[in-house]
Amino acid sequence: MTDMKKPVLNDMLLLFIFSAVILLMPFWLEPFGAAYPDLLQKFAIYGIFAIGFNILLGLTGYLSFGHAAFLGVGSYAAVWSFKLLTMNVLPAVLFGVLFAGALAAIIGFLSLRRSGIYFSILTLAFAQMSYNLAYSVLTPITNGETGLQLDRSDPRILDRMFSEGEPAAGLPSTDLFGVTMSGYPGFYFCAVILIVCFFISIRIFRSPFGLMLKGIKSNQNRMQYTGLNTRPYMQTAFIISGMFAGLAGSLLAVTDPLAGAERMQWTASGEVVLMTILGGVGTLIGPILGAALIKYFENIFSSFNDTVLEQAFSFLPESVLDVVVPLMGLFVGSGWQLTLGLLFMVVVIFLPGGLVEGFNRIFKFIRSGKKRKGLVEPTQDQASE
Amino acid sequence: MGDLVLHLDGISKSFGGLSALSNVNLHVEEGTTHAIIGPNGAGKSTLLNVCIGRLKPDSGRVMFDGQELTGKQPHEIAQIGVARVFQTPEIFQEMSLLENVMLPAFAHRDGSFRFNANKLLSKQGEIRDEAEHILEDVGLKDQMMMEGGSLSRGDKRRLELGMCLILHPRLLLLDEPTAGMARHDTNQTIDLLKKIKSRGMTKVIIEHDMHVVFSLADKVSVLARGQIIADGNPDEVREDPKVKEAYLGGTQ
Amino acid sequence: MDAIFIQILNGLDKGAAYALIALGLTLVFGTLGIVNFAHGALFMLGAFCAVTFQKLVTISDRVRDEGVTAFVAYKETPYLEIWFGDTGATIIDYSVPLSILFAIPIMLLIGFVMERGLIKHFYKRSHAEQILVTFGLAIVIQELIKAYFGANPIPQPAPEILAGSANVGSWFGLGNNLVYPWWRLIYLTFSGVTIFSVFAFLKFTTYGMVVRAGMRDRETVGLLGIDIERRFTIVFAIAAMVAGVAGVMYTPILPPDYHMGMDFLVLSFVVVVVGGMGSLGGAVCAGFLLGIVQSFASMNEVKEIFPGIDQIILYLVAVIVLLVLPRGLMGRTGVMDD
Repeated sequence: MTDMKKPVLNDMLLLFIFSAVILLMPFWLEPFGAAYPDLLQKFAIYGIFAIGFNILLGLTGYLSFGHAAFLGVGSYAAVWSFKLLTMNVLPAVLFGVLFAGALAAIIGFLSLRRSGIYFSILTLAFAQMSYNLAYSVLTPITNGETGLQLDRSDPRILDRMFSEGEPAAGLPSTDLFGVTMSGYPGFYFCAVILIVCFFISIRIFRSPFGLMLKGIKSNQNRMQYTGLNTRPYMQTAFIISGMFAGLAGSLLAVTDPLAGAERMQWTASGEVVLMTILGGVGTLIGPILGAALIKYFENIFSSFNDTVLEQAFSFLPESVLDVVVPLMGLFVGSGWQLTLGLLFMVVVIFLPGGLVEGFNRIFKFIRSGKKRKGLVEPTQDQASE
Repeated sequence: MGDLVLHLDGISKSFGGLSALSNVNLHVEEGTTHAIIGPNGAGKSTLLNVCIGRLKPDSGRVMFDGQELTGKQPHEIAQIGVARVFQTPEIFQEMSLLENVMLPAFAHRDGSFRFNANKLLSKQGEIRDEAEHILEDVGLKDQMMMEGGSLSRGDKRRLELGMCLILHPRLLLLDEPTAGMARHDTNQTIDLLKKIKSRGMTKVIIEHDMHVVFSLADKVSVLARGQIIADGNPDEVREDPKVKEAYLGGTQ
Repeated sequence: MDAIFIQILNGLDKGAAYALIALGLTLVFGTLGIVNFAHGALFMLGAFCAVTFQKLVTISDRVRDEGVTAFVAYKETPYLEIWFGDTGATIIDYSVPLSILFAIPIMLLIGFVMERGLIKHFYKRSHAEQILVTFGLAIVIQELIKAYFGANPIPQPAPEILAGSANVGSWFGLGNNLVYPWWRLIYLTFSGVTIFSVFAFLKFTTYGMVVRAGMRDRETVGLLGIDIERRFTIVFAIAAMVAGVAGVMYTPILPPDYHMGMDFLVLSFVVVVVGGMGSLGGAVCAGFLLGIVQSFASMNEVKEIFPGIDQIILYLVAVIVLLVLPRGLMGRTGVMDD
């Protein structure tokens, strides 16, 4: 927690390594079977979502169970920007962030009057309200169950203004000044935004603002009795965090221009909590790691089915195979959620600090082992925190 | 002796019908160290809680330097210049001592709100220097990179005192600053408080230890059963028959 | 007048389910200090006890169908009917109420195992961690049920003589078009009895006294040398059982599926919070109250004025209660203030 104690790694160096790792993902993820654009985009987008969530949970300790609402609003705003204005992604992202920020301002203003589980329930209640409304009365805006989609007859005022003649047949695709935002360009767009978000997150963690938020988490009483009005600080953290979620939501729409209400459901809020916890709450890298892992496993596990399993275990004798395959089948394919639930439990029970803490422990263990053998290397410390 | 700086006017407070303070009047002069003594359950901590806005009095007013404190939020009172050391140290357990002391300085500077995220902690040289200076004063500079939670109870109190000092309060409220300390630590704390006194800060101390009271206080008020029963300089109070009665025949 | 009365009745059965789930939830929270997000899953497990029981009693064999004489026909006939004739058929007809007897030991066992195996390690951990681990457990339970029983709702018929509706209106002289399904009346009575039993247990047994004392001041009770841990286990098992039997009895009203637990959990939490964390009476009152409020909000007349209100009313009530009365309707101060 103590940032100034030993700056394990220079922050700029950390940012540089992080950028390199992210931008080179298409190459080093090849052997893991994860190097295709759809999945990479998800890594980046949910990474942004988790970073934002961590700014709230990691720094202030307030557990929101309603962040999916901001994700959903970001998506809707972005799709509307595509429909009404232009297929260019920049306005879409901008509107996604702004609308999510505005919603976060309202929800935060009300929810932050309470703390602890009351805060969690309030955020949950607001998110469920948004979800239910999106399904019912707000159908003119959200297109209800079908979800909001692009249409050939959309006005797209700006696009029509600058292009002559009839638009091409079929639905238009999102673009950034002519570059189509699907496939790898889409990934690189998200990746660059992720890196910017990571940079912002580092700055917040290392600033007096971040320290104050940590102070509120550690001892809110003391913060007040030293003269800090905690409310506006909490409110700011909540809005920032909501804007990150809105950004992630708008990027989901950028890479695949449709928005559905299920994105706002409370299970989606639970997912981002899990990502953050799995990686390591309050650490810089943890949430991104958690997001990527969950999206990776979701992808791999849910694509498995019994046939794949039978091939994988074909070396086993038939009688064993008959037991193993159905058993494993529980955890893959549509049973992926089961694996997710188990993962959730295992992490909370055995590794409350998340994977980052796990790595730190392993690292310490190895180092102390080497020390015992008298093999101390020139210390190359692990990634920050 | 200067002007009145803290002025409690007819404070009453009861909890569910049980009267904790009844019609308490207290006057603290600028630059003095004012001790409040009294048997257990006399309402001393309640009195401090009223001063810092943790409790709202049922009736009466708290005036500080011409401003009314009653009804103000704790952070507003802190910003006006009233700081408090608690009986059980309120510190930031997971942070280093240096952060523990720097944080109040930021809170003091940007209390009402400033989006202070654009200048990194490592660039806050002035505040860091001052924090180190204060840690030196309270004798914790060598440990400044340790975590707050790992300190002994006595050291935690000293740390909390440091956290209050960096606020440059005009009035410092201390709730039993030496309770549970060994003699040696107590003496160290007395020395420290004397050092602060020379800076002209007004202090209100609640204390059980008479040795501490008589080595520090300029004025003593005795609180018993929610009322001030005696007021004056230490020697007068010591001889007051009512005080003797309160302590000998009182609730203790 | 009739319309109001029927809405109240309609709200009561949902309210009863909320109240029963919220009762266990708040009992566990008040005594054990555990925020149990898997409590809805226990309700769902109870419902699936009924499903399992029905499956068990209807295990069938192919028997020559005597009714068809033209050719040799077979029909599936449950063993119970083959062995016991009409008695067997009656047992099958009454499978839902009978499965309570089946569910009670199973739910107690599940509660016991859950508390000993998982919950007890979380007494000293933060509420956030409790929420997360029980949330994970709820997903696991839910997915296991889905893997075994499939994703579709499985209808559970009420006993035949209770299939129709009671002419409630005529009882109160309110006209004949006020009818209410018999089974829902049974459900209401049942939940009343269950709630009463739980309160009586807490009020009149020494066991319950210790539990109530523990709700007020856990540390002191621990200091008295009472083996509080063992009592915690039993409280948890009882809460699980209450949720379970509530689930069993609810099956004829709502065919159970794997995610019914989650649906009810979120709402039950809202109920608990509205009632006041740690207040048993509050949970019960709020449960019925919210059930009725929800029923009124889904009236067409109301929906015309506030479109969509039926979708959000419970959350709206929760938000308003929390903002105006921070401790809920009947909550004590100091609970969950951290």
